Amino acid sequence: MMRSRLVALIPHAVLILAVLLFAFPIWIAIAGSTQDSAAIARGDISLIPDPAGLGVYRDVLVNGSAGAGPVWRALLVSAGMALVIALGKIALSLPSAYAVTFFRFPFRMTAFWLIFLTLMLPVEVRLIPTFQVMSSLDLINSFTGLTIPLVASATATLLFRQTFLTLPDELVEAARMDGAGPLRFLKDIIIPISGANIAALFVILFVYGWNQYLWPLLVATDPKLDTVVIGIVKMIGVDTATEWNKVMATAVLALLPPVAVVLLMQRWFVKGLTEGDK
Amino acid sequence: MAGLRLEGLRKSFGANEILKGVDLALADGEMLVIVGASGCGKSTLLRLVAGLESPTAGRILIDDQDVTGRDPSARDIAMVFQNYALYPHMSVFDNMAYGLKIRGLPKSEIRAKVDAASSLLGLDALLDRKPRQLSGGQRQRVAMGRAIVRDPKLFLFDEPLSNLDAKLRVQMRGEIRRLQRRLRVTSLYVTHDQVEAMTLGDRLLVMHQGVPVQLATPTEVFERPADTYVAGFIGSPAMNLLPGILGRNGTVVAVEGTEIPLGNRRFARPDGHPVTLGIRPEHVALDPAGTSWPVEVVELLGSEMLVHAGRADGASLTLRLPNGAALSDTVRVSFPAGQLHLFDRATGLRLEAVA
Ligand SMILES: Nc1ncnc2c1ncn2[C@@H]1O[C@H](COP(=O)(O)OP(=O)(O)OP(=O)(O)O)[C@@H](O)[C@H]1O
Ligand SMILES: [Mg+2]
Repeated sequence: MMRSRLVALIPHAVLILAVLLFAFPIWIAIAGSTQDSAAIARGDISLIPDPAGLGVYRDVLVNGSAGAGPVWRALLVSAGMALVIALGKIALSLPSAYAVTFFRFPFRMTAFWLIFLTLMLPVEVRLIPTFQVMSSLDLINSFTGLTIPLVASATATLLFRQTFLTLPDELVEAARMDGAGPLRFLKDIIIPISGANIAALFVILFVYGWNQYLWPLLVATDPKLDTVVIGIVKMIGVDTATEWNKVMATAVLALLPPVAVVLLMQRWFVKGLTEGDK
Repeated sequence: MAGLRLEGLRKSFGANEILKGVDLALADGEMLVIVGASGCGKSTLLRLVAGLESPTAGRILIDDQDVTGRDPSARDIAMVFQNYALYPHMSVFDNMAYGLKIRGLPKSEIRAKVDAASSLLGLDALLDRKPRQLSGGQRQRVAMGRAIVRDPKLFLFDEPLSNLDAKLRVQMRGEIRRLQRRLRVTSLYVTHDQVEAMTLGDRLLVMHQGVPVQLATPTEVFERPADTYVAGFIGSPAMNLLPGILGRNGTVVAVEGTEIPLGNRRFARPDGHPVTLGIRPEHVALDPAGTSWPVEVVELLGSEMLVHAGRADGASLTLRLPNGAALSDTVRVSFPAGQLHLFDRATGLRLEAVA
């Protein structure tokens, strides 16, 4: 009796410990954001948030801080970038996976392997040539230049292809006999069936886009195109004393949209997973 | 509704010739059951007719119109698949309505057709469910419904009942038969099941390695199999086939030196011609004066039993006897002349008596 309770308790203890480990820094950021910058710099952070300091959120959102523009704009840029990347990747990879899986055309496997190959060449690896291309297209310091190079995606194409391959041939054939052409089949069957996958992928890609750092740093020097991640770094990098409470407030704000997306989409793809027929 | 004609239909996958020339004509409203060993090309034949594969040679005519090059959707054919292939994310209603929607029928008409089909199949209460909320038999019915609502010229069934349990299979078999009779849609039905083969169709086609070997009514196929392959394939347990020699001016067959009279039939082959003698297990008669066979295995099947007997030289014989028949270590049997089938041993083809 005692023994089995102990056995049940240990995993719980481990889990609670892990949660604390993850949550603690976030709590520090929340608590720290409401406190005095100088005190934080001295290392004297209270773990209790000070309600009087909540005004800092309004302040960073509207005015920003030394070295960085208002956070609302940075949040908008980040959200725009993450959305374009996530949606763009899905919009691109869904049809390409569809083509590679369901159609026979010359060099089909070549196309597939080329896509596969790009998996080994993420943006970070082809940074210089990509920059060169963007520069000659005159897309430096533009939203297009910020997002488009991050849109091409092998991962999503592969993922979709794998799910498509699990669909029975008869499903495709039944639809053909019902008179569904390729586009109809994509719209009526493939996309609804892949709903859960699309939702899951959207979450992953949104967070991926949101957290981009290196490429935005390189391609967009115009402060108007600063993402929130870049903004945080800029806040820290100034000569004057860093306003730590503002940095932490910005960090907390930067955390919210991805969390919101995860929570929102989670309902969706859990629903998709449980309603799926596989 | 329409007839179907296949002319010299061939199909190769690479160097593999799967169908080696199929000629076939189905009358309007006829149901043809196709049987054959696994891999003999039954599914391939259906897929050619459906337009899911294109033939290497030959023509497919529906209603005397050549549809060989047409897209599946332009052939007006409905197919029921072994794994049902329902659209998993659509309700039962939408599954049935999908083909009609694509054809651009008005909503009210779609509703009426789906309602008619679902009440015919007893699906009324299930229209809002998703396929995964249905039992196997219900899914099978939805697949049928999807075929029926389209009001096609031709039904194709590829082993539609093989995923169901025995009881449900019996029930669905009856339903399919009734439906087909009632709707009078020309149908091709592929199966592995002996009972389906015997009961479902107007005619039965036995295929062997891509060639049709016999096309006739089920009774005809059962009573007068065209060759040893059909003889061994149709009927369960399979017909006993024993090597023999024709003798006495074509009126007896000598098996292992024992002469078996063929009744008042005479076969126009020279004496000494090698033949295969066929007799179904239910026709072998216990006879105290007959030849003796050592019993190897006895299987009790409830109301009857199967006795497998074998001789040292490898010849084997199966008997089907009423349960409770007295048995010892050996059975003595005779072969009633009227129940014997004779095949040419070299070609395997059935031999017919001349008088
Ligand atoms: N797309 C294909 N490419 C190559 N070979 C194929 C293809 N489709 C079928 N075959 C081959 O054709 C032969 C006949 O296949 P088919 O599916 O018609 O058999 P079947 O009679 O339906 O068998 P079963 O009773 O097992 O369903 C098999 O040897 C199979 O391997
Ligand atoms: Mg098959």
